[in-house]
Amino acid sequence: MTKIFETPLYPYSRHPDQDAASPARHKVIVLGAGPVGLAAAIDLAQRGVPVVVLDENDRVSSGSRAICFSKRTLEILDRLGCGDIAAETGVTWNKGRVFFDERDIFEFNLLPEEGHKRPAFINLQQYYLEQFLVERAQALAAEGKPIEIRGRNRVEAIGRHSDHVRLEVETPEGPYELQADWLIACDGANSPTRRMMGLDFVGRVFEDNFLIADVVMKADFPTERWFWFDPPFNRGQSALLHRQPDNVWRIDLQLGWDIDREAEKQPERVIPRLKAMLGEDVEFELEWVSIYTFQCRRMEKFRHGRVIFAGDAAHQVSPFGARGANSGLQDTDNLCWKLARVLDGSAPESLLDSYDWERVYGADENIMNSTRSTEFITPKSEISRVFRDAVLDLAARHDFARPMVNSGRLSVPCIYDDGPLNTEDSAEMPACARPGAPLPDAPLGDGWLLDALGRDFTLLAIDTPCPEPANQAEVTVLPLSAKDNPILAKRLLGAQSGALYLIRPDHHVAARWPNHDALAIETALRRSVAMQQGGWNA
Amino acid sequence: MPDLNLTRNLADADRFYANLTAVHDGLSKADSDALNARLILILANHIGDEFVLEQALIAASEVSRQSVG
Repeated sequence: MTKIFETPLYPYSRHPDQDAASPARHKVIVLGAGPVGLAAAIDLAQRGVPVVVLDENDRVSSGSRAICFSKRTLEILDRLGCGDIAAETGVTWNKGRVFFDERDIFEFNLLPEEGHKRPAFINLQQYYLEQFLVERAQALAAEGKPIEIRGRNRVEAIGRHSDHVRLEVETPEGPYELQADWLIACDGANSPTRRMMGLDFVGRVFEDNFLIADVVMKADFPTERWFWFDPPFNRGQSALLHRQPDNVWRIDLQLGWDIDREAEKQPERVIPRLKAMLGEDVEFELEWVSIYTFQCRRMEKFRHGRVIFAGDAAHQVSPFGARGANSGLQDTDNLCWKLARVLDGSAPESLLDSYDWERVYGADENIMNSTRSTEFITPKSEISRVFRDAVLDLAARHDFARPMVNSGRLSVPCIYDDGPLNTEDSAEMPACARPGAPLPDAPLGDGWLLDALGRDFTLLAIDTPCPEPANQAEVTVLPLSAKDNPILAKRLLGAQSGALYLIRPDHHVAARWPNHDALAIETALRRSVAMQQGGWNA
Repeated sequence: MPDLNLTRNLADADRFYANLTAVHDGLSKADSDALNARLILILANHIGDEFVLEQALIAASEVSRQSVG
């Protein structure tokens, strides 16, 4: 069977730009057609911003790679037009089980809170997500939206100028030059853009190796995340088993630091390890095997003039916690509406500095969480191991120790507390929807709150008179009632009888009030696009 | 008399755990053991309730790999 990752989805074809007398100029060029680059391109194209994606390859990535996608990512994918197919194809899961030595010590349930359109997590092979995004980009192009993906176009050099970026691009038919007003680098952890620009990427290397194997098997393991500390089949190390669509199972085996990486990748080494774990009589087929080490690090700044970094190119974390691809999609979700505003002149260039503030904040949160998980899984000292094992022993019997068991703190959306675009609260309202937080979903008639929001700013008017903001045609006013909607009332009103919420295009709350105040709304709106005088940009 | 609380009582367990292991960074085995002993004595004094402390001693003793599962 031909796998999707063996099929060219955007094969090279010659573009008129390659025969142009002088380099063609584009509004935005995105480097890298992984999930993050594709999400950026779709978001921009949906906003009417012309975008060209360059990738040195012509197909989706091989192997399942990122598999665990969060509710927040599904909500972003809904806006990009891929939420349904991702949710339908993915495996929804809520339960996990933790083993220590030979014992099943406890199980947990991520207990999905009711009243959300999307589940807490789905598992989906990265190649499926990329395929859905490529198909969405191609569908947009067919509708006449300004988006194209150029396969086997590799950037060889980058020249930075005050008002544009110049690229030297290599193709199977030779080189050509391009210019872009803005460049978004989504070219992965080994980002050639970062290297060509000589930029830092500082952090911590973890001295450990993990064998990652995707196996196809008909097994009756439940759809749960199983994590082992120090199991008999992998002494002194850890192991993970997790289900993906198509009877593909993700297996992660910690190997330690001093190993022969090439030898460990060979099937004659891998298969006995898997049999020891799964049982001698379980039949399986290896789909993909890799050995990885990881680092927790980020660039000091994500914006360098007209070059903006997103996803793994900007920050890298350990895989425990599903914070790689999930945070990359939050990057582009944060960036694209801002870039569209700067390009159409409705916001100053300094709005892009808030991307840097907010996503560096997000990256630091992810690095902290994934570092803590890593230190629990791979204790850094003998005494750390003593505490780790004590927690596991206690967790088998006592509930209090279970929150300390850390096999990965799974990605939750970043809340930009004290963010530069927020307007501070003036009244007591629910913390879950505070300025800087992503708006929590709620049922709304036959549909969902998040689906009812506009593509640009939205002003929610809940059980309160609905004003028309002056001179702000781009704000969608959405009058709602929470009278027969207890979930909406709980999440957005709390003790208030009514409320106005100003929601950013990326669905983060910019400001909120219990009563209408036209001047306050106008001021908050200006602040949220970095036009407020004397604010953070001053 | 209050019972020993064995339900979740830390607002941010991850942060406490990170701080607990960080305070041992760079210590020798002997120094780590001594730090743990001091920590236990400080916490015992703070708890101050002999009944609770006795239950804690029992809870800590009865959880071992041999006795469970």
